[in-house]
Amino acid sequence: MDSILELKNITKKFPGVLANDQVNFDLKKGEIHALVGENGAGKSTLMNVLFGIYQQEEGEVFYKGQELDIDGPEDAIDLGIGMVHQHFMLVPTLTVAENIILGDEITTGLGHLDIKQATKEVAELSDKYGLDVDPQAKIKDIPVGMEQRVEILKALYREAEVLILDEPTAVLTPQEVKELYKIMDFLAEQGKSIIFITHKLQEVLAVSDRVTVLRDGKSIGTVKTEATSEPELAEMMVGREVLLEVDKKPAEPGELAVEVNNLSAQNNRGVKALNDVSFSIKEGEILGVAGVEGNGQTELVEVLTGLREATTGEFELKGNELLNHSARDIKGSKVAHVPEDRHKHGLVLDYTIEDNLILGYHHQQPFAQGINFNFAELEKHAEELISEYDIRPRDKDALARSLSGGNQQKVIVAREFAMDPEFLIASQPTRGVDIGAIEFIHQQIINQRDEGKAVLLVSAELSEIMSLSDRIAVMYEGEIVDILEVEEATEEKLGLLMAGGQI
Amino acid sequence: MEILEVLKQIFNLQTFSSTLRMATPLILAALGGIFSERSGVINIALEGMMLAGAFVAVVVSHFTASPWLGVVGAVIFSGLFALIHAVVSIEYHAKQVVSGVALNMLAAGGTVFLLNILFNTSGTSPSVNSLSYWGNFKPTVYLALVAVGITYYILFYTSFGLRVRSVGEHPHAADSLGISVKKIRYICVVTSGMLAGLGGAHMSVGTLDVFREGMTAGRGFIALAAMIFGKWHPVGALGASLLFGFFQALQIRLQGVLPIPGEFIQMIPYIFTVIALAGVIGKATPPQASGKPFKKGER
Repeated sequence: MDSILELKNITKKFPGVLANDQVNFDLKKGEIHALVGENGAGKSTLMNVLFGIYQQEEGEVFYKGQELDIDGPEDAIDLGIGMVHQHFMLVPTLTVAENIILGDEITTGLGHLDIKQATKEVAELSDKYGLDVDPQAKIKDIPVGMEQRVEILKALYREAEVLILDEPTAVLTPQEVKELYKIMDFLAEQGKSIIFITHKLQEVLAVSDRVTVLRDGKSIGTVKTEATSEPELAEMMVGREVLLEVDKKPAEPGELAVEVNNLSAQNNRGVKALNDVSFSIKEGEILGVAGVEGNGQTELVEVLTGLREATTGEFELKGNELLNHSARDIKGSKVAHVPEDRHKHGLVLDYTIEDNLILGYHHQQPFAQGINFNFAELEKHAEELISEYDIRPRDKDALARSLSGGNQQKVIVAREFAMDPEFLIASQPTRGVDIGAIEFIHQQIINQRDEGKAVLLVSAELSEIMSLSDRIAVMYEGEIVDILEVEEATEEKLGLLMAGGQI
Repeated sequence: MEILEVLKQIFNLQTFSSTLRMATPLILAALGGIFSERSGVINIALEGMMLAGAFVAVVVSHFTASPWLGVVGAVIFSGLFALIHAVVSIEYHAKQVVSGVALNMLAAGGTVFLLNILFNTSGTSPSVNSLSYWGNFKPTVYLALVAVGITYYILFYTSFGLRVRSVGEHPHAADSLGISVKKIRYICVVTSGMLAGLGGAHMSVGTLDVFREGMTAGRGFIALAAMIFGKWHPVGALGASLLFGFFQALQIRLQGVLPIPGEFIQMIPYIFTVIALAGVIGKATPPQASGKPFKKGER
């Protein structure tokens, strides 16, 4: 097969950063080529060079054997290169057909929009590629999966031959992901060439023909998917061997630390979301909570952290009753919380790393002195945690917003773990975080356990629950249906319980 | 007896034609607001643009003796005046509300100053030639109604309109398809000024034959209210403008008829504007990107 697109020795510098360093990438006609790398490895920069949003300092782009000089997205689109952005570029108030033709409208006379013809062409295109959409529906009324099909049709309408899918699975349900794989395979059969950007290795193995790995702005290598494996790719991505399995010693549980009895609570719509939940956690033990999302896990964590009022129940930490105390009180009683949505509840994105590292503890000694901050102490605290938790960039004055997901999560983990908690609540601690950071955060959680802390781990990732927990509670419709020892828990058993079945 | 008399004063042909006259500047300025906000630029300087238009119409009519040239001058000048707002908010990403307030103050002060310089008077300009009637109304009234139709067609039936709506809702999407967000916004803001200027000209050389200091008396803001009340839709804005126009007409007709101090009656249109905005309309969703400067490459 011939290469349709070749990027040769692309170098792109930003002030202080070499974002792309002699990167090579080639795409063959009709193949699905995965481009993987951790956040900040240079994937987006490379695609922005291809799209003419950035001008490279060195290197050439060849398309169908011709050297190209791309000035902007318009040029790339004209040439037949289409991009499906991670955050969909769709206008919610316009219809599917309007979104697809936007910028390349079908008109008659003096700019009169021929919506009928547009609808017809969109319907034909949708039939031809098996991308089911409703041309007349407004974007705001359609499900995410369909939005993605609209994005793909947008590129196909512009006769794209090269399709770039940027983290396309991030917003999809598992069923929609399978659907997307089928679409990708079909498009490749039709002779379209696909660049598939992701950092999830299972996806790479499931759908791609070849893989190119980027790390720190360099292309590490291109391999055939069938000739590689998850550990090998992970090592290429991170630059060292990665422990996909967590290394942990057997638990040595101590005294009873956390006791929760008959907890009930309502969700935001006033419906009972927690029903008579009881469990206990010993010192030096991790209790994992498994379950399909929306079965009361969020409400459980909120009640335990003082963010939601419980209707009945008891919650004791080492003999102190904490139920329905304020969030500040609970924090003050040495309960640490890594929230499930780091942007909403974990960070103030427009604060610096230094400020985020004391959020929630800002009123305590030694950070506060009377009504003032002790700035020297803040600075020292920030510098210590940044190096201990390897937060990048190593700049306490960087805004949280400018950090990658993994580093944002590290800021939260550092803040919560550094305060020497007795009870640690971690909700989805590695969601949207790259492999290196996942490994690091997992290790930190294990370390906390080994120091004798009680840990409650809530996660939608079954593999995470199974590798970290000592015992596993399964939630279904607001109840804990069973608590298993990790040795007796298998994926099948947990799956059955999560779906409401019995063992 | 008394009530019947009052009702007679309210519901007669005169009130209805004066409703239309009163609504005309509101309609034009509201359409201007629609263009600007649909493209993503808040324009609270409609008031100032109207005032500038009203003034320029009188000045041009004074020196050329042609009210029509006055109207043309008003439209061109207010378009240029709006260009300031466009440059400040599109090119330099300034806070659009602040820029709008500044333009309003500039227009209020500038017209008074120039009134002094050009006519050596304060408060009111000398009489100039005004537009003559076409049938029952001044030509600007018909122009306003035609403008509603044209705006509706442009926004919803042309490719330009589709682009305007996309730029006001999701500029990054438009940009990713090679549409120039800047260009569309410039065109829309300038158009908005031209329409507001026409509305101002209607007040000075249409309804009257002079310019008076501060003569727009908040109509630019009522037009903004009409735009919101009409949910950023030209036909909705027409309806809202007629309603507000009706209360203005009512206010004039009721003066002296009811045994209430005139000041209270003068409040009617403004009170009604507040009530209308306070939620009678239900949920009105402005264009998503309205008021947000567009920077390429940012999310």
